[in-house]
Amino acid sequence: MNATDVLRLSAGEAADAIDSGSLAARELFDAYRERAAADRAAGAEGLNCFTWVASQAPAGDAPAPLGGVPLAVKDLFCTEGVPSQAGSRILEGYLPPYTASVVSRLTRAGATLIAKTNQDEFAMGSSNENSAFGVVRNPWDRERVPGGSSGGSAAAVAAGLAPWALGTDTGGSIRQPAALCGIVGLKPTYGAVSRYGMIAFASSLDQAGPLTRDVADAALMLRHMVGRDHCDATSLAFPEEIELPSAERLDGIRLGVPKELTGEGIETGVLDSFQATLVLAQELGAEVQPVHLPHAPHALSAYYVLAPAECSSNLARYDGVRYGYRAPDARDLLDMYTRTRHDGFGAEVKRRIMLGTYALSSGYYDAYYGRAQRVRTKIAEDFRTAFSDVDFIVTPTAPTVAFRLGEKTADPLAMYLNDYCTVPMSLAGIPAISIPGGLSEGLPVGFQIAGPAFSENRLLDGAHALERAIGFDGDAARV
Amino acid sequence: MARLARLALSEEELEPMARELSAVLDHIARMGELDLSEVPPTSHVVEVTGALRPDEPRPCLPREIALAQAPAVSDGGFLVPSPQA
Amino acid sequence: MSEGDRPSTPAASDGHAEAFEAVIGLEIHVQLATATKMFCGCELSFGEPPNTRTCAVCLGLPGSLPVANERAIHFGLMIGLALGCELAPRSIFHRKNYFYPDQAKNYQISQYDEPLCRGGSLDQVRIHRVHLEEDAAKLIHVGSSGRIHGSDASLVDFNRGGTPLAEIVSEPDLRTPEQASEWLKLLRTTLRRLGVSDVNMEEGSLRCDANISLRRSGTSDLGVKTELKNMNSFRFIERGIRAEIDRQRKILQGGGSITQETLHFDPASGALTSLRSKEEAHDYRYFPEPDLLPVAIDEEMIALAREAMPELPAERAARLQLELDLSAETAQRLAFADELGDYFEAGLAAAVDPRPPAQMLANWLTGDLVARLGDGEDPLASRVRPAALAGLVGLLAARRVSVGAARQVLDRLVAEGGEPQAIVDAEGLAAMDGGDELSAIVADALRANADAAERVREGNTKAMGPIVGHVMRETKGRADGTEVSRLIHEQLGV
Repeated sequence: MNATDVLRLSAGEAADAIDSGSLAARELFDAYRERAAADRAAGAEGLNCFTWVASQAPAGDAPAPLGGVPLAVKDLFCTEGVPSQAGSRILEGYLPPYTASVVSRLTRAGATLIAKTNQDEFAMGSSNENSAFGVVRNPWDRERVPGGSSGGSAAAVAAGLAPWALGTDTGGSIRQPAALCGIVGLKPTYGAVSRYGMIAFASSLDQAGPLTRDVADAALMLRHMVGRDHCDATSLAFPEEIELPSAERLDGIRLGVPKELTGEGIETGVLDSFQATLVLAQELGAEVQPVHLPHAPHALSAYYVLAPAECSSNLARYDGVRYGYRAPDARDLLDMYTRTRHDGFGAEVKRRIMLGTYALSSGYYDAYYGRAQRVRTKIAEDFRTAFSDVDFIVTPTAPTVAFRLGEKTADPLAMYLNDYCTVPMSLAGIPAISIPGGLSEGLPVGFQIAGPAFSENRLLDGAHALERAIGFDGDAARV
Repeated sequence: MARLARLALSEEELEPMARELSAVLDHIARMGELDLSEVPPTSHVVEVTGALRPDEPRPCLPREIALAQAPAVSDGGFLVPSPQA
Repeated sequence: MSEGDRPSTPAASDGHAEAFEAVIGLEIHVQLATATKMFCGCELSFGEPPNTRTCAVCLGLPGSLPVANERAIHFGLMIGLALGCELAPRSIFHRKNYFYPDQAKNYQISQYDEPLCRGGSLDQVRIHRVHLEEDAAKLIHVGSSGRIHGSDASLVDFNRGGTPLAEIVSEPDLRTPEQASEWLKLLRTTLRRLGVSDVNMEEGSLRCDANISLRRSGTSDLGVKTELKNMNSFRFIERGIRAEIDRQRKILQGGGSITQETLHFDPASGALTSLRSKEEAHDYRYFPEPDLLPVAIDEEMIALAREAMPELPAERAARLQLELDLSAETAQRLAFADELGDYFEAGLAAAVDPRPPAQMLANWLTGDLVARLGDGEDPLASRVRPAALAGLVGLLAARRVSVGAARQVLDRLVAEGGEPQAIVDAEGLAAMDGGDELSAIVADALRANADAAERVREGNTKAMGPIVGHVMRETKGRADGTEVSRLIHEQLGV
């Protein structure tokens, strides 16, 4: 197999090839390593997907079934001895003494760490413009954002700089960049994957998930991620094994379309693509019907109270005492705390910490945090009700295609609206996948499919069938 | 608020921050339109209880590792400016 | 600690027009004797070198997550059962957010509005709640350090950080410093018997803060309260509370008002200094801990806690009174102070003939032995083994030694340990039989104290003192007091 062919293999195909002996894991690793290193070296001329690239292939053989397929991992996953910075100055150069459970699971299954990917700082952002290590560019159009916060992971996969990547999703941070970069991104059921070792943003929302070229790869990665972890009290045993998808039709599948998430605020081009995909789904035998998620319009508000609230507490530990950046020449303890955090955190992070602190503060708790928790209950109820009528709920993944760098940075609210369609699923803790549905003005549009908790197998199967029918070609983005 | 969060905001940062936060808060305030009086809050989206740990020792970090990333260390402890009483 | 009504006597009776009564509540933190910390598997530390009992979780490293220790919850339930609390069917942890170097995450995982236990009481003082939380790390002030620009430095040692704590809060039902101290001792005994903690104030496994306010006697409103923190002995607690009551009374009698604040009591000087004003109080921004699931307290957990319950002080007192016919007061004294009860029962169990009567052994333990030991010293840690005291009291009951001789033997036991019979033999302290030898000595004493003898003959029994003293000296205390008195009367013909 020549070098270019090797790079075109999906992760699953590569694993099979290694297993059958027709591909050497080392060769695959080196091919990708070279490309990743080149991007890193290119700095602002490149896509800037990576914050660390392995300097060489690991020694020895990686175990089956993955046999050494390289894996790019979002910077916020702790990887022992390898910088884990969560895109932030305050953790610049931080080397954790342990590895995140999900990364360990994947390496035990044979994936090998090839690079850490760039991201919005502490996973806060929808454009990867909030990284302390520079913006990430969208391989489809380098003047545009790849989405965020897992922008580096998404761009790397779309550009063929990594076969697949691990990301995290709190309000859409896997799905939205997957949509903007024309690849597959899955947010699993909350609790299905361990959060131990994932540098926390919003504990009740964060979930690790795959960013891949196709649905089969997403299933393959998920298969080796799920499971109860005794280090994470909120992790659950997945009730069944994750299977590789095989469906080619959607006969008998009822798809619910919520008007609350498919109308106002969505770009015309995106809506057109969405409708076209619905038609394809119907051709595959699916039934499409309207559903109601009456509280969905308030999801963003609830999210932008709950996530900042949890993050304001989760980020309190970054104080310069035990690790990370410490402001030099502090006058006293208070000065050390405040200057460390002032210097170390970017504007978006500071904004959310302030918002979160406010939402939890005495006198405001009931109006903000308390209220948001109740809205959350209603949203979860809305989904449960809807799922008694349909199998899946479908929406565009993001309201727009990739926007220009700098276009929304002056208006945080405009930036937050990027999460409009993805946040409700995060609040409800249900799984959702984004697959490329088509192009609008030459840029990818994502199609989101959400299912009830623990429906990943059916979800992946349905997404796989639709993906086949769509036949999306992501070649234009390859570097 | 900034003091509670131990964030020092410079003069230039203060005004835009206040403005941005106001805008976000206005948007969030729309939640006030809902009648949620009968609704229980969801503090944990996972509908399970328990997940306790047996009282069995697990290995501790060797001290060098615990201190390895510390900005300032002395006599085996993390060195910080003293808190004022 | 007396049973019956809480006294409502005023804190001062100096004739002032305003009589105030003190209202005292205690907040107790107890380090639980589990093997590992509250939220991680680090073993608990007992003086190890700094930062050698830490892990990603208790250091608050990025990405770490807490997992609750099931034994700590079990101990919490036992405490709840012992205090007659209502056990919550579902309990939630909350984050208490504040920045401090001894708090690795800059929040403490504690409990807020769904604590493990609510209500209950101990010896008529009501319990408000019992909840679980993690302990802070240790901050050691090191003075100026060239490494820290411009200010004094502190070292943080995270060994203690994360140790499980049970916080027990009483209602403000206590009225005097002595009552508070006695009640705390009973609580300590109870916790010790449960085996849930070492409850050692010097070592810090038992810490007590007091909330104190005054109000006019006979009223029921609560005055402004102050908090007295970190007093680490029963005596300091009593003195500290008394000092604060005096301070508040002076202010109120002078027409002033009390500021709500936190105070530190310096036992050396008796001074009360303000630690921080509550107006600057932290806004802790409590919210449910998202990294921990609610704990369902089910029947099985409660049953396990119940099964693990030992005999509690009140039960022990009742049993001692019933089975051994001890007075109620003695039974309570022995049961409410663990060490005494344990010593007593060990003594009885080890006794051989002649056996000591139970009440008598109890009296000698709580009276004579305790008086000879240091303040707060555990009799079980003294040189007098329970079997030895039991043996001595047995000898006394069998009249093989006199009271005076017995006291001398006890002195020797306290100083050097040993066996009572052996000491009696070695010192020649065996009771003197009545008869000629004693008669002769009494006769001598009467001759040597003729004036006293004369007064006794005239009817002044008190004058017998020097005569008896003479006899005791001559017999080295071996003579039986009653017998001596009888002989004196007989020989004087009165």
